[in-house]
Amino acid sequence: MSPTRAEVCIAAISEVWRDAGEIMASPFGTIPMVASRLAKRTFSPDLVLTDGEAAIIVGAPPITTKPEDLVREASVPYKTIFSVVWSGRRHIVMQASQIDRFGNQNLSAIGPHNQPKVQLIGVRGAPGNSVNHKTSYWVPDHSTRTFVEAVDTVCGVGYDRAKNAGVGATRFHELPRVVSNLGVFDFSGPNNSMALVSVHPGVTVEEVVAATGFELHLGDVVETPGPTDEQLAIISEIDPKGAREREIKA
Amino acid sequence: MVDKRSTIDEAISRLSSGMTIGIGGWGSRRKPMAIVRALLHSGLSDLTIVSYGGPDVGLLANAGIASKVIAGFVTLDSIALDPLWRQVRQRGGIDLTEVDEGLFYLGLQAAAWRVPFLPARAGLGSDVLVRNPLLKTVTNPYVDGPFADPADVGAELLAMPALHLDAAFVHANAADTAGNAAFTGPDAYFDELFLGAADLRVVTAETVVAEGGLGEVGPLAKATVHRLLTDLIIETPNGAHFTSCAPNYDRDEAFQKAYVTAASDPETWEAFTARFLGGSEADYQRAVAEFTKESQS
Repeated sequence: MSPTRAEVCIAAISEVWRDAGEIMASPFGTIPMVASRLAKRTFSPDLVLTDGEAAIIVGAPPITTKPEDLVREASVPYKTIFSVVWSGRRHIVMQASQIDRFGNQNLSAIGPHNQPKVQLIGVRGAPGNSVNHKTSYWVPDHSTRTFVEAVDTVCGVGYDRAKNAGVGATRFHELPRVVSNLGVFDFSGPNNSMALVSVHPGVTVEEVVAATGFELHLGDVVETPGPTDEQLAIISEIDPKGAREREIKA
Repeated sequence: MVDKRSTIDEAISRLSSGMTIGIGGWGSRRKPMAIVRALLHSGLSDLTIVSYGGPDVGLLANAGIASKVIAGFVTLDSIALDPLWRQVRQRGGIDLTEVDEGLFYLGLQAAAWRVPFLPARAGLGSDVLVRNPLLKTVTNPYVDGPFADPADVGAELLAMPALHLDAAFVHANAADTAGNAAFTGPDAYFDELFLGAADLRVVTAETVVAEGGLGEVGPLAKATVHRLLTDLIIETPNGAHFTSCAPNYDRDEAFQKAYVTAASDPETWEAFTARFLGGSEADYQRAVAEFTKESQS
């Protein structure tokens, strides 16, 4: 059986943590969460995962595990998370309500900041995350509304804005990957602009270009490798109820 | 021996309009909601609310008690967005200073340590600086000598200013009469820093025990608020409702859902306000008990 789009996205996101060593993996969303646990069960066994509350958990249990059944190995209340963030020992996969060509991300508000058309959650830790440790993005609804020429509020910092802010911002700034429901991207284009790395099976380059509100750099575009049979089996163990299928439109 | 026990009314009477008020907890977790409810009919206005935002922010902004908010986010956790907060923001009804949540931490820490700012990379390059032109940067002063890091010579860093509070309110699992308090759940959040940053320091608690009794409530290491950090202690059982107060109780998801549903429409919100938020804290707790009974039957 061929993998679903969600499973392709999981395999693609898990790659951001390949050989990451002993760092904290912080996934936002169901598909990134399954991906982080897949990475830990396969090629990055030393990843540090949390219960999403205040503790580091042992292993990479199914996402359906009840809180009382998790085995915890250390306490990491919110205050201590900033010591992890600012130490750089973390690779987060955040979501983006908007993302632009240089990787600036918005999760604060759509429209003018003093009176938004749509109020979202807020900048959260995005400004600090993006200039202190590796930050990748997951966009489950790739369209010209999410991949935009300019984001309305810069929360996560892109390459152009980091460069303008100087070495204080660029020293630890790195955006390894963007994964959407259509493809995988990095910032290997001119001046660290977004480049299409691969399209998911069943998606054409033209579709991705049409769904993107800025000019994508197009190099050698390949097809996103799907999960292996072994990875698929692990994904089913981690997400036995198929929550992954509800995060993206078919 | 000093006895810091007090009442909600006494604490509110010490406030005045225009003050900057810090509210502890995080999102929809361990918020001093009994105080937030009292603020709703305090007659105060023009408050600046400093918060890791949960339902406190939407309630106070929507009621016109707060005219300014300093926050990194507003969320109800299990429900991502608070409809009251969305409405206030989308009608342009509030002055929002939005900062990275780590900067927020540094602002409280700077106030608690009585230094004017603490430096960070967080915020550089983002719209936190663009939207808040009052925030400044500093240049790394270490250009040579043993303390100079060559990779950071000339680096500009964000200078997060001290977030000084006129008053801070936090909710603890337990406190004692002398003014010590314990957070027996998994996370103390930033409550100790809220208290450290404030002039008037108020702790509400599920229970108040005799001085020296906190070691029996839980490990003494959980009693991280000592009495150098507090002025008033108020017993407010179920006082964080509907937010969580582990291990005493979880978030009341059914009630939070009812709040969100009601808040989505002005008419239903009026009815919800009349039923739950019109009276005293005791009235509120009675109405909640009734709600719980109804939803379980």
